[in-house]
Amino acid sequence: MRRFFLCLIYAFAFSIGVSAQDHSHNHDNHSHGHSHQGSSHNHSHDHSNHNHSHDHSGHNHNHDHSGHNHSHDHKHGAHGHDHHGHHAGCGIKHKEFNAGDLAIHHIADANVYSIGPLQLPLPCILYNKELGWKTFMSSKFGIGHHGDGHHAIDGYVLDGGSVKRVKAGQGFPMGELTVNGFNHTEDKEGKFLSQVCYDNKLYDLEPKSTADGGIFGGGITSFYDFSLTKNVVSMILVCFLLGWLFFYCAKQYRNRDGKAPTGVQNLMEVFVTFIRDEVAKPFLGHKWAKFFPFLLCIFFFIVGLNLFGQIPFFGGANATGNLAVTMVLALFAFIITNINGNAHYWKHQLFAPGTPWFVKPILIPVEILGLFIKPLTLMLRLFANITAGHMVIIIFVSFIFIFGKVGTNPAGAYGAAIGSTLLTMFMMAIELIVAFVQAFVFTILTASYIGAAVEEEHH
Amino acid sequence: MLVLLADFNVIKPDFGLLFWTTVIFGLFWFLVGRFAFGPIRESLQKRESDIQDALDQAAKAREEMANMKAENEKILAEARAERSQILKEAKESRDAIVNEARDKAKDEAKRIVTNAKSEIENQKKAAMTELKNMTGQMALQIAEKVIKKDLGNDGEQDRLINNLIDDIKLN
Repeated sequence: MRRFFLCLIYAFAFSIGVSAQDHSHNHDNHSHGHSHQGSSHNHSHDHSNHNHSHDHSGHNHNHDHSGHNHSHDHKHGAHGHDHHGHHAGCGIKHKEFNAGDLAIHHIADANVYSIGPLQLPLPCILYNKELGWKTFMSSKFGIGHHGDGHHAIDGYVLDGGSVKRVKAGQGFPMGELTVNGFNHTEDKEGKFLSQVCYDNKLYDLEPKSTADGGIFGGGITSFYDFSLTKNVVSMILVCFLLGWLFFYCAKQYRNRDGKAPTGVQNLMEVFVTFIRDEVAKPFLGHKWAKFFPFLLCIFFFIVGLNLFGQIPFFGGANATGNLAVTMVLALFAFIITNINGNAHYWKHQLFAPGTPWFVKPILIPVEILGLFIKPLTLMLRLFANITAGHMVIIIFVSFIFIFGKVGTNPAGAYGAAIGSTLLTMFMMAIELIVAFVQAFVFTILTASYIGAAVEEEHH
Repeated sequence: MLVLLADFNVIKPDFGLLFWTTVIFGLFWFLVGRFAFGPIRESLQKRESDIQDALDQAAKAREEMANMKAENEKILAEARAERSQILKEAKESRDAIVNEARDKAKDEAKRIVTNAKSEIENQKKAAMTELKNMTGQMALQIAEKVIKKDLGNDGEQDRLINNLIDDIKLN
């Protein structure tokens, strides 16, 4: 019942907030997409000539951009679209509401912890080869709407709650200075590109270095972000909560030795014994006790973060929906599995005994690939489930904006609020199950991998 | 074409988050795993074995109870059998005693009756003898009186004799 009301309040608060939020900082993607294609034709020689100064191309390109934007703005006005042409400089125009952008913005990690209207600053720890380590609170950026910083600090800016850096060689001045806003567009290869407006000029930004090796569009850039981000803070918070909970339980076991469990201890015992009897013992046999704390840690860490991310109005931290977090968890599982692998396990992995010789050239590489595919699936399964759940909930809430035409159609907004409240409630109930199921699946698969590694030969 | 102009960065694992997740999960595992889950596991194992022991003991006690009960029943049955045996024996001996007593009583009664009979016979004989003697005496006396009296007429004599006889009868 309480959840029902929370959902109702959540939905209505958003629909009411819409009218106040027409100054959405996002930009019209269509206009930019078009304008960019036009400009790339103009600058086709830049593309081929790599030695050409980036500064120069960026400069021209930006001017081109602003011109196109203006023309598009007029065009849209003629079409009767309700645009509140609020110019933040450089011809950056606030674009209409886009549920996909909103969802991606909300599930992303951030250097700001936003709870409702509060924008709690978080410590930034940044590394750049030339500048070395820089540490400051993200409030120094002057956090505005949607986590956009009003200031640049030594080339670092805060775009949508995330620290980015102005690409070197564009002549962007160091030190603290005020910027006019951010522009989101595509670069020549169709990749996502952020730009910052300073002194009526747009400067290209680069995101933090990522470890995906360019597979997902990231890669090594000029700086590393070791900040205590929203996800890090939520992980610390969840770990403290879980730590407090289980140290308390452990104390209860010690103090109430020989007595029946009560209260929280009793509640947690249900989960602990479930993991023991359904996961640890069936997969690990008599060696279960050695790996039991690890399995419990995995389970409660994931379930804690999953549930923490679902608290309405609490920033919607999405740690288990971030590939970095699931990657680390999968790596732990991978390492635990393989350092405990016995001779029998490695013989099976590397020599595939008992198979005909002509199958071996196929089977052995498959087995070796399997070593890495197992943690990879662990990583992706958890990430995809949690991210998808968060996105679906945000998109359902976004129906209010879409049907309400961003505050101009209150009837549509209220109508959609009812529908989206019901859908969101349904999704939240599903997500509550998913939170436990995914944690359980991760744990049981980890246990099965470890179980296969420590299994003794019985022929 | 719908282009999402937002950085889908959840799929790009950044080094900071990798680093902090490793540190946080590592610490969580080390501290909570070691100092909370370890003791909890031990407590659960201990309690489980305690419960198992208690159950085993209860089963053992139950078994012992059952054994004891069976033994008791056996003893009881034996006692019952013994009692009925004793009772039977007692009855037999009682019957024997009674029969013996009865036989003895019968013999005694018979003997007494026999004695009584013989006594009666003796008494009868003695009485008869005495009667004979007395009859004889009376006859003598009658005869004497008859003789002494004048036997005048026959009628007188007959009446006298009859009176005498009546006298005898009366005796």
